[in-house]
Amino acid sequence: MSRLTALIVAALLALTACGGSSSSDGPKSLRMTVWTANEAHLKLLGEIASEYKASHPDVTEIKFDSIPADGYTTTLTTQIAGGNAPDLAWILEESAPDFVSSGALLPVKDKVEKADELVPSATKLWEKDGELYAYPFSTSPFGLFVNTDLVEDLPTTWEQAVAASAGKNLVLPDFKYQNWAVLSAIWRGWGANAWSENGEECGFADREMKDAMAFIHKAIFTDKAIPGPGTTVDFFAGNAAMAVSQISRAGALKDAKFGWTLLPLPKGPKGDYAVIGQAGVGVLKRSKNAEAAADFLGFLTNTANSAKLAQFFPPARQSLLNADTLAKSNPLIKPEQLQSVVVDGIGKGVVKPSHQGQEELNQTIRAALDPLWKPDANVAQVLDGVCAKIKPLLERR
Amino acid sequence: MTFWTYRRRDNLVGYLFVAPALLGSLVFVLVPLAMVGWYSLNEWNVLGGTFEFIGAENYRRLLEDEKLRESLVATAWFAAGLVVLNLSLALLLAVLLNQKLRGTTLFRTLFFSPVLVSLVAWTLVWQLMLQPEGSVNGLLGFFGVDGPNWLRGDTTAMVSVVVVQVVKNVGLNMVLFLAALQGVPAPLYEAAKIDGAGAWTLFTRITIPLISPTILLTSIITIVGSLQVFAQIAVLTQGGPGTSTTVLIYYLYQQAFQFHHFGYGATISVLLFVIVAALTLLQWRMRRKWVLHES
Repeated sequence: MSRLTALIVAALLALTACGGSSSSDGPKSLRMTVWTANEAHLKLLGEIASEYKASHPDVTEIKFDSIPADGYTTTLTTQIAGGNAPDLAWILEESAPDFVSSGALLPVKDKVEKADELVPSATKLWEKDGELYAYPFSTSPFGLFVNTDLVEDLPTTWEQAVAASAGKNLVLPDFKYQNWAVLSAIWRGWGANAWSENGEECGFADREMKDAMAFIHKAIFTDKAIPGPGTTVDFFAGNAAMAVSQISRAGALKDAKFGWTLLPLPKGPKGDYAVIGQAGVGVLKRSKNAEAAADFLGFLTNTANSAKLAQFFPPARQSLLNADTLAKSNPLIKPEQLQSVVVDGIGKGVVKPSHQGQEELNQTIRAALDPLWKPDANVAQVLDGVCAKIKPLLERR
Repeated sequence: MTFWTYRRRDNLVGYLFVAPALLGSLVFVLVPLAMVGWYSLNEWNVLGGTFEFIGAENYRRLLEDEKLRESLVATAWFAAGLVVLNLSLALLLAVLLNQKLRGTTLFRTLFFSPVLVSLVAWTLVWQLMLQPEGSVNGLLGFFGVDGPNWLRGDTTAMVSVVVVQVVKNVGLNMVLFLAALQGVPAPLYEAAKIDGAGAWTLFTRITIPLISPTILLTSIITIVGSLQVFAQIAVLTQGGPGTSTTVLIYYLYQQAFQFHHFGYGATISVLLFVIVAALTLLQWRMRRKWVLHES
């Protein structure tokens, strides 16, 4: 019997040793989840990783784990819940408040090279109490892509844009009547907000929002400019007059068979504005190699590497945010377009709406907005309904 | 008297034989089941890594959750629509294909083949067909009917999800019914015919009672299956429009994996477990009343 007991004890010891193995000294392997599966993106990331490994022999492997953008955050949180958290993770802007406030991320400010040159509009989302919890890795302003074969007079206001694309399609590629936050690229021109600055007051029932949504509703059902629910039209294949999209999409126009140009978002009644989409890269506190991961994050985002990554992911560094630097890596876009859309956009931009508990808000708002996407919808009534539904969620903090 | 009597030895051998299966269901079924029960008593913040015992709080929340009520209503509609449509269609097809006519084998294969198709691929194809400019509306337009935007209308979305599921799985029930129909002894029909029974009487008085065990089986399978529908909802409607197709299991997924309320998600799955168990038990009890061989 004593032999059996010894055996069990030995087995248990082995188990605990496996579970608690700390790899602070031994060879380290890092894993970073990213949403992109684009070969060019992964190749560049891989090159930067190889360079890092060459100077850090203790890091034997840096793996970039592509998770489809659709359901990215869900997959990431499931991995974390299952005890299989990555060391570094790309975090989409809409889940930023959840990640930053939850304490899941390691503070990284002192690891980031020249953190003080990061543009404030880009870091705002990733900060808490003066600390930076993720590096604003991609800061991509929304712009208006125009198919110049279909449109002659370039629009400067939303009225003109809708009039010019009536019957010829003004598309919002990521909207799909689900991702309502994309509409902020339009409604900001009316000065509308999903919620107040402190996140406590619902903004959907405000005058500005009602006017903006009435305009959008009219553009869909009366002017027939924005394709209706369930209809897919591809701008990048040349089937639409205009598209509201992020400049990181310009790559899809490399082999375009039609003339196109990129404009800043048209003006709304409230004048000039810009909206940016973002992604940050953070280090998971629970990672066994959190320190090494943070160190690699510093390397990945240093000025030299940021300049390389700028061809895909617009940088948030002041020193790189000028048309000349960006032009080197964005051959498809003219310097003056880069200036007006990217440089100016990032400087004055407002990030798409995000809030703690974003996904629950997303789904609740999506469901409450559904009645709006019908020709005979009562816009004001639907929007009042949105506020009634999300009030308890905004108050729960 | 030795300890290892024959009886004890036999028992030991028996236990050893069932041990692998028992161990398997313990590790992969009973332990996870118990863990879900335990999670439902806790607030589990996945991101922050906190796990806090809150007792019956999640169950209290269950009672006050308005969205849960909406989701139960959607689930009931889905289950009712699916069971009625699936069973009646399956039985109708089985009766038709039970005739000794040329070409029935071809039709049997045709109706059964969707069962073998990958669920997500099947749903994706239907998603395309149900778009406003899709082939379903194209076909309706051919007959001069202006089809709706199927997946965006409150009622049509639910109808679409049900129909997609029915067409996918009706073949399975059809095959089960066919097997049962072929087990009905022919002399019974002959005797009834001599007594002057018409086709309808034959069907209601002989066929239905004799295949009632199969009706019970298929209705249990279909109801339990209807409570587990997920991929179709996730692909076709994401629970919309509004919350009209947010069935219980999709709501569970939203709470746990999208909203990060894992504890509450576990509570909903306990509820789902109770519902499935209760329905199965109820049907099992009722079999005495309406399944022929059980009385």
